[in-house]
Amino acid sequence: MRFMLLMLPGEYATGPDDVEAMRAMGRFNEEMQKAGVLLDLNGLHPTAEGARVSFKGGKPTVTDGPFAETKEVLGGYWVIQVKSRAEAIEWASRCPGGECTIEIRQVYEFSEFPAEFQELAARGEFPEMKARRERLSES
Amino acid sequence: MSDVRSAIDAVWRIESPRLIAGLARMVRDVGVAEDLAQDALVAALESWPESGVPRNPGAWLMTAAKRRAIDRFRRQELGERKHEELGRELRGDVVMPDFDANMDDDIGDDLLRLVFIACHPVLSQPARVALTLRLLGGLTTTEIGRAFFVPEATVAQRIVRAKRTLSAARVPFEVPQGADRAARLASVLEVLYLIFNEGYCATAGDDWLRPALCEDALRMGRVVAELMPDDAEVHGLVALMEIQASRTSARVGPGGDPVLLLDQDRSRWNHVLVRRGLAALGRAERLGGALGPYALQASIAACHARAKTAEETDWVRIVALYDALLEVLPSPVVALNRAVAVGIGYGPAAGLEAVEEISGHPALEGYYLLPSVRGDLLVKLGRDGEGRAEFARAASLTNNARERKLLLSRANVSDDVDFETRRTSSQ
Repeated sequence: MRFMLLMLPGEYATGPDDVEAMRAMGRFNEEMQKAGVLLDLNGLHPTAEGARVSFKGGKPTVTDGPFAETKEVLGGYWVIQVKSRAEAIEWASRCPGGECTIEIRQVYEFSEFPAEFQELAARGEFPEMKARRERLSES
Repeated sequence: MSDVRSAIDAVWRIESPRLIAGLARMVRDVGVAEDLAQDALVAALESWPESGVPRNPGAWLMTAAKRRAIDRFRRQELGERKHEELGRELRGDVVMPDFDANMDDDIGDDLLRLVFIACHPVLSQPARVALTLRLLGGLTTTEIGRAFFVPEATVAQRIVRAKRTLSAARVPFEVPQGADRAARLASVLEVLYLIFNEGYCATAGDDWLRPALCEDALRMGRVVAELMPDDAEVHGLVALMEIQASRTSARVGPGGDPVLLLDQDRSRWNHVLVRRGLAALGRAERLGGALGPYALQASIAACHARAKTAEETDWVRIVALYDALLEVLPSPVVALNRAVAVGIGYGPAAGLEAVEEISGHPALEGYYLLPSVRGDLLVKLGRDGEGRAEFARAASLTNNARERKLLLSRANVSDDVDFETRRTSSQ
């Protein structure tokens, strides 16, 4: 089963400027890599460089970062493949991220979707979804 | 299961391979090392529900195991030399030694020794599989039994006997060198791929795919690749498994029935795994291993992975890769897979000709894919009656319920479904 570990850095860091912290994080990543559980990971630029598109009233509205009103922002994520939720928690517990919070969320497998949905997808009745996925896979 | 219990199970899965490997270096006996690690697990089960999971659970387990080791060696007096060695190593350590240094120094080498021991040729193949899942995968005997439809007691017996065999044969705790190395490595890769395949195309049971077993094999393969970064074939095997695993969710239809490769919705392939597989294949090629048996199979899988639609598949290249594979792995099963590719790349008549060339081979007698492939080609040539008879024969030869159902449906109504290019096995 796959889990996404979502890193909410809190007060911990605004970017990759603390060399020692980066090194510790590198060791943590390496440990997961060596254990064969790490599938993917990425760190995100600070929200100051980001933007939000919200759809209040159905119309897209763009807000530039930073987002002062939000306490919990995403700093990065790992995708790991492990045996259980408990194992995902155990790996997250080893993260040297200071005063951070790590949210653990299981990734949906296709087989978990309702049978009805799977059948529609198997018959290709979600053309817009398929087209979107194809565009994604081409990138 | 309580939270603490599942936390302990999780710690065990992460820590037990390193724990057993480290202990095996000290006591020079994998069986004894495994017993000591089990003792440490029992100690954890006794104390963690009260105290909580410690900050460094791996070090805690190692301390507990070493304490048990001292007790055990004193009590049983298992030879003066070992006792002294162990005593020397542990002097002053009993309270709270610097286990991090101990654990991290050579732990990679120890793990690699453990991998080679678990797959040692002195053991039968079922014993290698069970021991590998147990020592390297951190699976319990219950989990192994469930995975292979074998009673737990049988698995436990198999593991006990395997450990005894290793002790009796005085198998050294070392990474093989020289002439022996290639054959021993081949055995390791074979065991991993066998486990993967049992998950990818179950030979028994009701489910045609058991992803947990694929994930176990893939995880162990990635571990071994990290331990042997310069061995091309290890990367070749990992590439093959990553690419095949990428198709997992597209390989099963809504009712649990198999969906053949060319019918799969490719947008459902896991592109992270495809990317990882292609990267591993690139590594194998850069190390000069493009023509190794696993790398070649991975290259074939990569041809499918790179084709955006089934129609875009480069069958001519696939046939050429099978030709190369037959050079290094002259197996009738590979030849049968080649015939499938020929049937698509060069037409069903050429494919049928290739099938007939190998159909008398004794190794293919009773092998359900032979009539299944022949049936498919006959139907494509318009010889429906003969084709249906072949599918019926194939259905009578498989033990997997899902696969039998698929074959029977083709025996009754021969529609125009292309047949999947089968993964090959290294027998």
